[in-house]
Amino acid sequence: MNPLRVIGRGVLALLQSVGAIAIFAGRAVLGVVRPPFFPGQLMGQIMQIGFLSLPVVGLTALFTGAALALNIYTGGARFNAESFVPNIVALGIVRELGPVIAALMLAGRVSSGIAAEIGAMRATEQIDALKTLSTDPMRYLIAPRVLAGVITLPILVLIADIVGIYGGFVVGVNSLGFDPSVYVRNTWDILERWDVISGLIKAAVFGFLLTLMGCYHGYHAQGGAEGVGRAATHAVVSAAVLIFAANFLLTSLFV
Amino acid sequence: MTDDRKVKIAWKDVHKGFGGKPVLRGLDLEAYEGRSLVVIGGSGTGKSVTIKTALGLLAPDSGVVEIDGQAVRPGRIDDPGVSQIGMLFQSGALFDSLPVWENVAFRLIHSEKVARKEAKDRAIEALGQVDLDADTGNKRPSELSGGMLKRAALARAIVAKPNILFFDEPTTGLDPITADVINRLISRLVRKMGATAVSITHDMASMRIIADDVAMIHEGRIIWKGTLDQVDTADDDRVRAFVEGRSEPAEG
Repeated sequence: MNPLRVIGRGVLALLQSVGAIAIFAGRAVLGVVRPPFFPGQLMGQIMQIGFLSLPVVGLTALFTGAALALNIYTGGARFNAESFVPNIVALGIVRELGPVIAALMLAGRVSSGIAAEIGAMRATEQIDALKTLSTDPMRYLIAPRVLAGVITLPILVLIADIVGIYGGFVVGVNSLGFDPSVYVRNTWDILERWDVISGLIKAAVFGFLLTLMGCYHGYHAQGGAEGVGRAATHAVVSAAVLIFAANFLLTSLFV
Repeated sequence: MTDDRKVKIAWKDVHKGFGGKPVLRGLDLEAYEGRSLVVIGGSGTGKSVTIKTALGLLAPDSGVVEIDGQAVRPGRIDDPGVSQIGMLFQSGALFDSLPVWENVAFRLIHSEKVARKEAKDRAIEALGQVDLDADTGNKRPSELSGGMLKRAALARAIVAKPNILFFDEPTTGLDPITADVINRLISRLVRKMGATAVSITHDMASMRIIADDVAMIHEGRIIWKGTLDQVDTADDDRVRAFVEGRSEPAEG
């Protein structure tokens, strides 16, 4: 086969997917801003995506902060910069690791869950049933999940920031010999309001992307149980890639 | 068949294919107001696709489906034609996340904006019509047997008193006794409501209980249509073979 044709087909397929996702995202956003709204669905998703993700996000942030403190101390010791541990842990967690790690954990937990749930609804004709009951699946199923992602991720990331810094503090004070009050003061002094806000903006974007990927792949699942499994896998992979790409773009904008 | 019956639903030269493979190849069919049409045919002949084009769930590649003379617009859940339809899906398609009563009351609550208390009362009344008690309404769909699931799905289809009812393989997966109960329930409810019904099935017992009119679909086209009384003496041997459950045409 002509290699140009193969490349062309691949490019066309990629553009087709990007277009389909963009249209789906547009319809999801319309569902968020235009009635009818389903507040019960939204509250349920906020519980599911936000509250029930607290343990996994909290634990991940705690260990990340602790490991970061150890690494920075070891690295800093090579040029007598050990005292910067509190500052770098705080900046690293708030600007970068808090949003990215929380979003990646949720890509694993939430994107796959949404894709599997909606994919199973597709396989068992529940999405068709919604339409025959004069209810738009985009508004009833998709919009509440996407909105819940945008609302809850910043809250989760704020908690992850606090817990992550606390992880660094515990290691710094107990293992690295930092004075607790000095550690807290250094952390507080280095952080600016924009550091926190930029991290929360990232979190809202990540929340949108990871719920959108779960919804998109679930909604277009085909082929029964195998198709549902495939949708969950695609949701996690595409959400993770988009999170890293968006993180780079947003960081470029924010620095 | 020339008579004064009013056409409620009409498929006019409907073509539909998937991935280049044609499924419906110029389907022409009418469902008459207040009568029960049963579409029979083997697996993969396009029965489900036929119903989905009328529901607006699938867009025909060409041709048109009309309800009361108005073309069904695919994907338009607010079309007047679609909003007067009740549908019983093959799998029941109840929402796992909701209790049975809320499944039944779904259209009332979310589309017709009926207060939850009144919607629940009407859902329990509808459950009563399909011989399910109020306690069943508080259960989750996963707690129901196959027969109960079909009844609950039937209650959801009739609760808003639609004047068109679609039944997709209503007895699939049920034992013969439960299937007979569901068939008689469907027949009784359709006649009581005076609704136009379109059922697709390959269950001949189901056809004999539910149908006023019968049509047979084969390779994406209607090859025969008539009344239930005429089906056993149909002039097309493929119809008689299907009704009699024969794999080969009759000899002689």
